[in-house]
Amino acid sequence: MAEPQSSALTETVCDIVQRHSGMPTRLLQILRDVQDQLTWLAPETLDQVAQELGISPNKVHSVAEFYSFLYTAPRGCYDILFSDNITDRMLGNRELLHYLCDRLKVDIGETRADGTVTVGTTSCTGMCDQGPAALVNGYTLTRLDQTRLDRIAELVESRMPLEQWPPEFFEVSSNIRRADILLGRHFADGAALRAVLKRGAAVILEEMVKSGLRGQGGAGFKSAAKWISCRDAPGDVKYVVCNADEGEPGTFKDRVLMQDFADLVFEGMTLCGRVIGAEHGFVYLRGEYRYLLPSLKATLQRRREAGLLGNGILGDPTFNFDIDIHLGAGAYVCGEESALIESLEGKHGVPRIRPPFPTTHGYLNKPTVVNNVETFATTAKIAVEGGDWFASRGTLESKGTKLLSLSGDCERPGIYEYPFGVTVRRVLEDCGARDAQGIQMAGPAGHMISAKQFDRRICFEDLATGGSFMVFDQSRDILDGIRNFAHFFVHESCGFCTPCRVGTSLMRDLVIKVHTGHGTLYDLDEMRNLGRIMQVSCHCGLGQTAPNPVLDSLEQFPEAYEQRLRATTFEPAFDLNAALEEARQISGRTDAGAYLLDEDLLLIGAMP
Amino acid sequence: MSEELSFTLDGRRIPFQDGQTVMDAALAAGIYIPHLCFNPDFAPHGSCRVCLVKVNSRFQASCTTPAADGLAVQSETEELREIRRGILQMLFVEGNHVCPACEKSGACQLQAVAYYVGMLNPHFSHFYPRRPVDASHSEAVIDFNRCILCELCVRASRDVDGKNIFAVQGRGIEAHLVVNTPSGKLGATNFSIHDKAAQVCPTGAILTKHQGYNTPIGQRLYDRKPISVVGDVAHLPESRGGRRHD
Repeated sequence: MAEPQSSALTETVCDIVQRHSGMPTRLLQILRDVQDQLTWLAPETLDQVAQELGISPNKVHSVAEFYSFLYTAPRGCYDILFSDNITDRMLGNRELLHYLCDRLKVDIGETRADGTVTVGTTSCTGMCDQGPAALVNGYTLTRLDQTRLDRIAELVESRMPLEQWPPEFFEVSSNIRRADILLGRHFADGAALRAVLKRGAAVILEEMVKSGLRGQGGAGFKSAAKWISCRDAPGDVKYVVCNADEGEPGTFKDRVLMQDFADLVFEGMTLCGRVIGAEHGFVYLRGEYRYLLPSLKATLQRRREAGLLGNGILGDPTFNFDIDIHLGAGAYVCGEESALIESLEGKHGVPRIRPPFPTTHGYLNKPTVVNNVETFATTAKIAVEGGDWFASRGTLESKGTKLLSLSGDCERPGIYEYPFGVTVRRVLEDCGARDAQGIQMAGPAGHMISAKQFDRRICFEDLATGGSFMVFDQSRDILDGIRNFAHFFVHESCGFCTPCRVGTSLMRDLVIKVHTGHGTLYDLDEMRNLGRIMQVSCHCGLGQTAPNPVLDSLEQFPEAYEQRLRATTFEPAFDLNAALEEARQISGRTDAGAYLLDEDLLLIGAMP
Repeated sequence: MSEELSFTLDGRRIPFQDGQTVMDAALAAGIYIPHLCFNPDFAPHGSCRVCLVKVNSRFQASCTTPAADGLAVQSETEELREIRRGILQMLFVEGNHVCPACEKSGACQLQAVAYYVGMLNPHFSHFYPRRPVDASHSEAVIDFNRCILCELCVRASRDVDGKNIFAVQGRGIEAHLVVNTPSGKLGATNFSIHDKAAQVCPTGAILTKHQGYNTPIGQRLYDRKPISVVGDVAHLPESRGGRRHD
């Protein structure tokens, strides 16, 4: 019995590993492909992969255990994950999740006994402007409602292959509401590459310096400085990496660029390759955007055929550059550039110690430029139109324009391109947010601002952002959002450093305590102290920014917390009676004496 | 001409050589910066964050921060003691650390560093995780309740012993130490108490069997003098209460 099965496994794994040329750097891609065939990664499957690749089994197990979309326990043939960002919640995703679970008779997070289906939740899938959203076997479902879920339940029960599901279920709109110089002007494919061939890499770099362009992922490092540092780093082999791991909840502008402007992004990468002397580029595409893969591959192929990619670009025998796409597998931390590089190398995504920085020690320890999708797209435009043209927009320290992803309580969610320096108020007016009480800017890792601050400007001098802009109107409970974000950080912490691994859980528990009406003033101080420790001591930006939503909202929306507090100085974090349950079960006691009454608690000071 | 490179640590001038970290230079100058995942025999790891210092105005782990000429580094300030205390408290509530019932008590680096930074209670709510004890090996026992994920045993077994017996798997709060065998049991490996990996644990997670309570409480490594004077468990001879070094 076991024999044919195990030889089938060997064959499956062997085929897939060969398709990836037996390269250990392709481990994450290999595991994705294996799982596509087998629905989950059993221990013997992982051992087989390790054997085929000639690497230690524990490396393979570590990777499999790290990524949310890799499963080391059996999963249903249909794996449905509801996006659980606060914007999905605003659109009623929890009710829909329970509705589908009832219809399919399956518990949340469980696999149905017959192995047909698993229904669970996942971090923001980047469809905030057309949610509630979900993934089925990694493919995006948008605009869910009861009618759609009824149909999905039928399709699952009849085991209909995904290819035969109604295509409109998978439709993703771009929703571009405001275009400026990046989205608005026509770009002729190859124009930036012709420019660099004609004017030379050094001149193009000068234009980049003049443009003042800063990293559009949100960190704001000068892009030209990064390129120069990498160009000047010793070594013959260099790499260009496009960070399309757009994991910050509420952000979806890179999705739109990859869907509608992929040529521009690839052109920017190729330009970068020419400038720094790299011949190989990677796009690290977040797993949630898997639906984009076929169109991106087709675009790459078309560019190769048009002489814009591959060997001898535009007929110049010294201009060689090609691009591979790596698909992530559900790990927010991989948006951090050094964790992203680790993941590209086929490892689990733990941020590296810096320095050294990727520009000197990046992919495979070679000099590497890692830029955001929007940054690359912008560089292609600058190469054609010039640095002064770009710098004529924006503010002193923030040149050019920024794409914002608008979602939450507004009439027209979608993508808005503004010159840097635009006020929050102007954005709110344009998107039809009439009744906003607060904005979560730049995602949970960013800042929460209240109506008092709507005259602040979006730019590096004031409110820096990677693009996420989630609107909460007056009907919302701010703490619902804070609790959602606190859960998010617990789920996405990589677990490497103490203050993030432990602190995110402690913070979540404190938020829940207050949210459920058990908090006291003491707990608010606890949140502040814990948040301060995390901000200064965590290993990477994820942990350092994880307490931001709590700290900001404590300052901006104190009433949201205070109205829930108990009128006492302290309440224990645990329920004493519940804590005795295990002892009752062990001793088999159910009599009244085995339970604590409120009077008892009062007596021992565990209740006000 | 050849001015000696130096930075200041709490106002004291610390010379250093190119390539040294703040921690390396401080140790060489005989100054203690509390730490757990750092061990000079291994490349710095930077995960426990206990060795946090303030470099000019930025907080950084001293074990991973390259020393640079003219830096002003703060270590023994009340602000840093408070942060370090918080980090220690997190480690204590994350696992199950019951000092009075632990054989390692008194010779435990985690406990000694906690005393050093003035930690008097765990402060945060305990997680009380359910973790197993592995006594399958004839010479050593692993109590996973006491693991703080410093990865010193992982590094020692992989880089020094060449056995690659340990690994950390899982993400976030689910991260946990594993033994690299199909059964996950130490008894199924070629682990030996003479391995480097047996000597580097800063807590009582990896213990040698058959020698419990050889040294009475009160006479143990850190019972009379603080860790800043005594030094790390892993770097002391057995005669002084450190680990076996064969």
